[in-house]
Amino acid sequence: MIKIDIKKELFGSKKVMMLDVNLEIKQGEFLALSGVSGSGKTTLLRILAGFEDAKGIISVDDEIWLDAKTTLPAQKRAIGFVFQDYALFNNMSVLQNLLYVKRDETLASHLLSITELSELKDRHPNNLSGGQKQRVALCRAMMNKPKLLLMDEPLSALDSKMRTKLQSEILALHKEFKTTVIMVSHDPSEIYRLASRVVVLNQGLIVNEGKPKDILLKTSGSQKFSFSGELLDIKKVDVIFVAIVAIGQQLVEVVITQDEAKNLNIGDTVELSTKAFTPMIHCTKPAK
Amino acid sequence: MLEALSSLDLTPFALSFKLAGLTTLILFILCLPYAWWLSQTSSKSKPIFEAITALPLVLPPSVLGFYILVILSHNSPIGAFFDEYFGIKLVFNFSGLVVASCFYSLPFMVQPLQNGFASINKNMLEASYIAGKSKTETILRVALPNMKPAVMTAIIVSFAHTVGEFGVVLMLGGSIPGETKVASVAIYEMVEIMDYTNAHIYSAIMLLIIFSVLLSVYIFNQKTNTIGQFR
Repeated sequence: MIKIDIKKELFGSKKVMMLDVNLEIKQGEFLALSGVSGSGKTTLLRILAGFEDAKGIISVDDEIWLDAKTTLPAQKRAIGFVFQDYALFNNMSVLQNLLYVKRDETLASHLLSITELSELKDRHPNNLSGGQKQRVALCRAMMNKPKLLLMDEPLSALDSKMRTKLQSEILALHKEFKTTVIMVSHDPSEIYRLASRVVVLNQGLIVNEGKPKDILLKTSGSQKFSFSGELLDIKKVDVIFVAIVAIGQQLVEVVITQDEAKNLNIGDTVELSTKAFTPMIHCTKPAK
Repeated sequence: MLEALSSLDLTPFALSFKLAGLTTLILFILCLPYAWWLSQTSSKSKPIFEAITALPLVLPPSVLGFYILVILSHNSPIGAFFDEYFGIKLVFNFSGLVVASCFYSLPFMVQPLQNGFASINKNMLEASYIAGKSKTETILRVALPNMKPAVMTAIIVSFAHTVGEFGVVLMLGGSIPGETKVASVAIYEMVEIMDYTNAHIYSAIMLLIIFSVLLSVYIFNQKTNTIGQFR
């Protein structure tokens, strides 16, 4: 059981913001931390890791990591941290990166085989792809058998195919080691696949919390498709107007009226929605 | 000419390199923690320390030499202390030269190391802390190996700069043969007594050595950059 009750003043670009988080996380839970950028997610992770100080209490099982009297340094907290930019030790091979944390060759080779990196163990990080680097970073974070694994947008720099592969590996590692995980993520599908609970931060406060299904499926039961996108262009075609909207990686053309065209500006964030009475669904790529 | 070459007294060169080697070693050990602190701190006093560190770059060697002379002479508390407790006189002998050279070459050691430390990805250092490693172990096993060009530059340029030292040495050491008469001072004296043959030979040797040292640094840095191993 991890208990977090912390406060910290954050000096953002606009104003002073109070990070005030009270959370309890059960052993083995996979918690996703979501929210707009600047809401304090990364700071919360860094406070848990011991990189930044804060007022309040952090306790893990019976061990106090932070209270009024003590601040346990990062070195003494049993944590793993996966950074967005991998942060591998470039002067060491893949295997040495793992062994640097702990001289446990059995565990290292086991982790490398789970993540299919065994053949790359003697390579240096600069000769690896982004996906491979992040898998090494994941293995490295597991080397000291952490009580708490912290991941700061670990997959956001990877393409979608690699992301899916790594999600499966994270899931496999989580199943095997039963590590408690806190992961910062913006990707709903990722949160849905991995997390058992999602916490949404805004302006330093928890504004929403629950099962991913309940939090992410905003329109549950209303049979409505709704996508947020960016308006790229409005074209006039004869008497109608066509808006070009970017939704994720996909561009969509939507017919709009003259009035609607007047009220929209290029660059606006827009929501596209439609009632889905008979949506068609077909498989484009089988999962396995 | 040949005669001059065969009767060449190499003691001043040996002295120059001994001085430079010792100075570089002492500076490297002392400057590692200092440069690390400068690179990591956000303290308001940092600019003051940076300015003091850079002083020997721009201060006339005579000014630097004069102050060091005043501080180290047996009339000052520091000089008296060393004399009384260690029996070391710090002016007009070799140990005095080493102390003076450490001041003189300080920025050439500190600045490359500081920049090197600052260029290391902070997350990489944090990953090492999480692995339970102390700051010292992190510096030695993660930071330094990932900034080899900076370490090379710091060591070699400090060395070369100390070999090329003249003004401070003259102020602090005088010109005692075999004790404080380093190559640069020897050349100065040769010119003074119009012994141009030896001045030519000494100067050419100096030029050659320092050029090849600098060339090797730049070749090393280019290689490591193109391999990209230390980015």
